[in-house]
Amino acid sequence: MTKKIATREAYGAALVELGQKNPAVVVLDADLSKSTKTYDFSQKFSNRFFNIGIAEQNMMGTAAGLAAAGKIAFTSTFAVFATGRVYDQIRNSIAYPRLNVKIGATHAGLTVGEDGASHQSVEDIALMRCLPNMTVLVPADSVEARAAVLAAADIDGPVYIRLGRSEVPVLHDEANFNFVPGKAITLREGKDAAIIACGIMVSAALEAAEQLANQGVSVQVLDMHTIKPLDVEAVVEAARATGAVVTAEEHSIYGGLGGAVAEALVENYPVPMRRVGVRDTFGESGKPQELLEKYGLTASDLVRVVYEVLKRKGK
Amino acid sequence: MSKKTEKLAKLRDQARQIRRYIVSMVGEAGSGHPGGSLSATDIVTALYFDVMRIDPQNPGWPDRDRFVLSKGHAAPVLYAALAERGFFPVEKLRTLRQLGSPLQGHPDMRKVPGVEMSTGSLGQGLSAANGMALAGKLDDRDYRVFVLLGDGEIEEGQVWEAAMAAAHYKLDNVTAFLDHNGLQIDGPTDVVMSAEPLADKWRAFGWEVQEIDGHDMEQILSALARARETRGKPSIIIARTVKGKGVSFMENEVNWHGTAPKPEQVEKALAEL
Ligand SMILES: Cc1ncc(C[n+]2csc(CCOP(=O)(O)OP(=O)(O)O)c2C)c(N)n1
Ligand SMILES: [Mg+2]
Repeated sequence: MTKKIATREAYGAALVELGQKNPAVVVLDADLSKSTKTYDFSQKFSNRFFNIGIAEQNMMGTAAGLAAAGKIAFTSTFAVFATGRVYDQIRNSIAYPRLNVKIGATHAGLTVGEDGASHQSVEDIALMRCLPNMTVLVPADSVEARAAVLAAADIDGPVYIRLGRSEVPVLHDEANFNFVPGKAITLREGKDAAIIACGIMVSAALEAAEQLANQGVSVQVLDMHTIKPLDVEAVVEAARATGAVVTAEEHSIYGGLGGAVAEALVENYPVPMRRVGVRDTFGESGKPQELLEKYGLTASDLVRVVYEVLKRKGK
Repeated sequence: MSKKTEKLAKLRDQARQIRRYIVSMVGEAGSGHPGGSLSATDIVTALYFDVMRIDPQNPGWPDRDRFVLSKGHAAPVLYAALAERGFFPVEKLRTLRQLGSPLQGHPDMRKVPGVEMSTGSLGQGLSAANGMALAGKLDDRDYRVFVLLGDGEIEEGQVWEAAMAAAHYKLDNVTAFLDHNGLQIDGPTDVVMSAEPLADKWRAFGWEVQEIDGHDMEQILSALARARETRGKPSIIIARTVKGKGVSFMENEVNWHGTAPKPEQVEKALAEL
């Protein structure tokens, strides 16, 4: 059994690691530090932790001011409140002035689970992706989440880091892991089709590729941890090598990874493509696994969609 | 003349000069916000020409005092003060709002030396000022952070989130001005959305409150001196002002919020100033 760790856990641990390394790092939260996992940082570096209360707009604006005065400011709350609730604050006080604010958005996607649609952000990638100056990172596991947090601190400018509530399998090997923002990671080579995935869908993609391999279909799997700037070269290369592309994300099919990959392919190397994601609907209450099944975000959904795209490729 | 009288006279003269620039540059641009720039002129002049510790040769100096123009539409008053103070040549003022000019319609901190925060979307400046003030305390720097709010702007909820936080974190290095000119875009603030009683509200949020005439240089300076002495809480100076102050036909006229004067109106205004 592979080990399972939530990416938000890795986020909290990485913040502590950063806090030890870099005195310029400060962390802000909006009354969710136990859930976002900024709590450990708040205990170890109490003078550099600011609980702003349930006032997300003020949290973003305060982080902008801290960054303007030389700090690397990590803000944390649930993805739904970290984006839509404060969109104008991020746009005008952070992205436009290109300030060094990092948004650690936890509880993204349907796997929030029982809290339901009000708390399930399936549009946050789209919202962040169209902001100039914003980097958008969607780590697939705890190893990648840690690397993404450390990399975010080194980027001079705003970074959105999308994190999950639920435990996910550890895919990457901590000891030999090389994370470069904007550079996709090929997890599996293949020649018939490519699955380009991010976040929790990377492990589903690997599972699907394994099943397909047993059925004689060879599938490449790309971990597209950076949605922006997108690794267009890797996308085009995958299309060229396989001639059929499927994207997979725990997010709306509009404006997220699927949208970004579609844009890149249409302009550079059109091939048959399908997007797996939330199909223009809000979520609902349920167990994470139940929701993934109901909304078509499992390995077997990916297998089905790969066959669909292969059929089109054959024509 | 005593030294103090001399200083006040100089500041008043400086304010008059800044008002002239505001009228000319908005006139030249053909668009912009003269009313709220003119109401804030005496406050901004006091800050930039007497109170703030700044070095135009070194706009990134870590120990500098900061000024956040939360009501970003009053950019002309900030630009005129910065230019007169030597952050950039005054000739630049003529490029306001033109393609390629650093002087954007609303302040852009990445384009203009001396602009501390990009603003324009109302209600966000106090949060940024708080962040700068927190950083100052963290780094043991004794710089002060000033912020100018509009009396319509404070209808934004974020302002009160930030007001709460400034008191909670005991940000006595923050001094806010409320440019209380009684007007916003759609009419008088009492008619559109009253935030009264203003002083009581800020006091209830934990702030040290002073109420002054925002065109009386002596009152502005003494209120700032008192704010500097206040410990353990942030200060707000509620400055009663006149929108369009100094230009008779603009004073208290809601239509001069965001209308540029025509060339003959510029001339008439300059003759008065
Ligand atoms: C968030 C936001 N909403 C609306 C506007 C449009 N707007 C610009 S100025 C203004 C009125 C501001 O009134 P006040 O704060 O009293 O400014 P002043 O009278 O000092 O010019 C409005 C509604 C804006 N810039 N930002
Ligand atoms: Mg007003």
